[in-house]
Amino acid sequence: MQANARALATVTERAREAWRPSHLGLLLPALLILIVFFVYPVLGVVYRSVYRNGFTLQFYQKMFQSSVYVTVIWLTFRTASLVTLICLVLGYPLAYFLTGVGPATARILMALVIFPFFTSVIVRTYSWMVLLGRSGFVNASLLALGVTSEPLRFLHNQTGVLIGMTYVLLPFMVLTLYSVMRGIDPDLVRAAHSVGATRFMAFRRIFLPLSLPGIVGGGLLVFILSLGFFITPALMGGPSDVMIAMLIQREVELTVNWSFASALAVALLALTLAGFLLGSRVVGVNRLFGGRA
Amino acid sequence: MIGSEGQRHGFGAVGLGLLAGATLVFLIAPVVIIVIVSVSSSEYLSFPPAGLSLRWYERFLGDPSWGRAIWVSIQVGTLTMLFATSLGILAALALIRGTFRWKGAIYAFLLSPLIVPTIISAIGLYFLVARVRWMGSVLAMALGHTVLALPVVVIIISATLQGFDERLEQAALSLGASRWRAIRKVTLPLIGPGVLSAALFAFLTSFDELLIPLFLSGVTSQTVTVKMWNTLQYWMDPSIAAVSTFLIGVTGAILTASALLRRQDQAR
Repeated sequence: MQANARALATVTERAREAWRPSHLGLLLPALLILIVFFVYPVLGVVYRSVYRNGFTLQFYQKMFQSSVYVTVIWLTFRTASLVTLICLVLGYPLAYFLTGVGPATARILMALVIFPFFTSVIVRTYSWMVLLGRSGFVNASLLALGVTSEPLRFLHNQTGVLIGMTYVLLPFMVLTLYSVMRGIDPDLVRAAHSVGATRFMAFRRIFLPLSLPGIVGGGLLVFILSLGFFITPALMGGPSDVMIAMLIQREVELTVNWSFASALAVALLALTLAGFLLGSRVVGVNRLFGGRA
Repeated sequence: MIGSEGQRHGFGAVGLGLLAGATLVFLIAPVVIIVIVSVSSSEYLSFPPAGLSLRWYERFLGDPSWGRAIWVSIQVGTLTMLFATSLGILAALALIRGTFRWKGAIYAFLLSPLIVPTIISAIGLYFLVARVRWMGSVLAMALGHTVLALPVVVIIISATLQGFDERLEQAALSLGASRWRAIRKVTLPLIGPGVLSAALFAFLTSFDELLIPLFLSGVTSQTVTVKMWNTLQYWMDPSIAAVSTFLIGVTGAILTASALLRRQDQAR
């Protein structure tokens, strides 16, 4: 018996060891594609942001010279913060509810969360453009219920942007929160009940703190993703609702100011990476993507 | 599960259920409503619809430029699927089986496209493609999408491989099969459903993508998403609802197929 186990172990080891030289070979095609069509273009953007007829920081300086660009950056941060807050407020109860239902129900409800998640962003944004129009469903309902006397303007303003972005990002929040909440041992809450805590106290003292990694992880993820948003604010925002990614697109396509666009892109990239680094410090990196730690 | 011992009852639980239900409605209703709007007879994108009609589908399917756009999306998606899946299988095999030192770093590198905002890689590719005069190329778009799809494929296939019992392959080896034969006859069929699922998601990632084709496509090589974007810049054409329903259908088909594949996998 032991001889067989030892033999199997040797075969396993030898099988693994013998693979080693070809392993890097297996990785090479994927790494090459990434380097040529991802790393090289992104490095090109960084390069373009600091080099034109010599190295210069003028394009970064330009960002702070005009109040227009500072406003855009500020608006991007503000929108991202608001979207994160709304997603948290809507997503936490849903995730908490999902932990309390049976596994079959949870799977069905999860499918309802995941299905829009895999639909194209432009389809999801367009759906809200239809819903929020002057004669759309929301206004029609409000008028029919007598809540308002004339159609409200939800589109082409900040409200539309917030609704649209929340809609796209909510699944990220729910998935992250749910994955963390699932790992919370229900016995801990039961133990609190058994020593006399009310349901609310048990929630506040036990469950809520334990779900904090999910709140921070989900919040950071939604915030960082919001920073780089383009499609939704472009379609649902008004002329003054410009976010960084929209500005980048304009500078590339309209004013053909590639260097300045690159500087903006590098700024966005730096903020994004800083955010993820912060996130991976505060929370386990796995949890940021909704996996189990 | 917290609720499994009946601790969720009373006003708090009802309130929670209502709130959660409202959020779920918020998530799923827009998709449903778009499908309904696509069969409405009214010009005005109102809901509920005044009557039923297939005219938006007629306009969508009868317009050759939409047909061209769909064909471009299919081409780009298929190429992406092929590239990402083949590269992804190799990478996942190396990562799961290998015992080399920089595995964690390489894995993080393979996942890095998920972290970088797509607008940045899109303009980077645009600068690159414009310089080498490769604008409007289906292949260029596919390669750009492959970069986005690769992390998804690697994650899915890695998970599949982790669930795969290597001893089955070693049994084949010990019975005298060459390594390549063992992989072909034992490993690949067993990880088949996972690989197929990854391939479908690679296709979907490409099909849904807007930012990269927005910069890389030419006038004649627009994808469906780009054409939607361009149309929406000018007016809220109700036939977009038909196009949206079409895209929703593609998503639904792929998610269903993937779920069925996963069930087939678990049944083994």
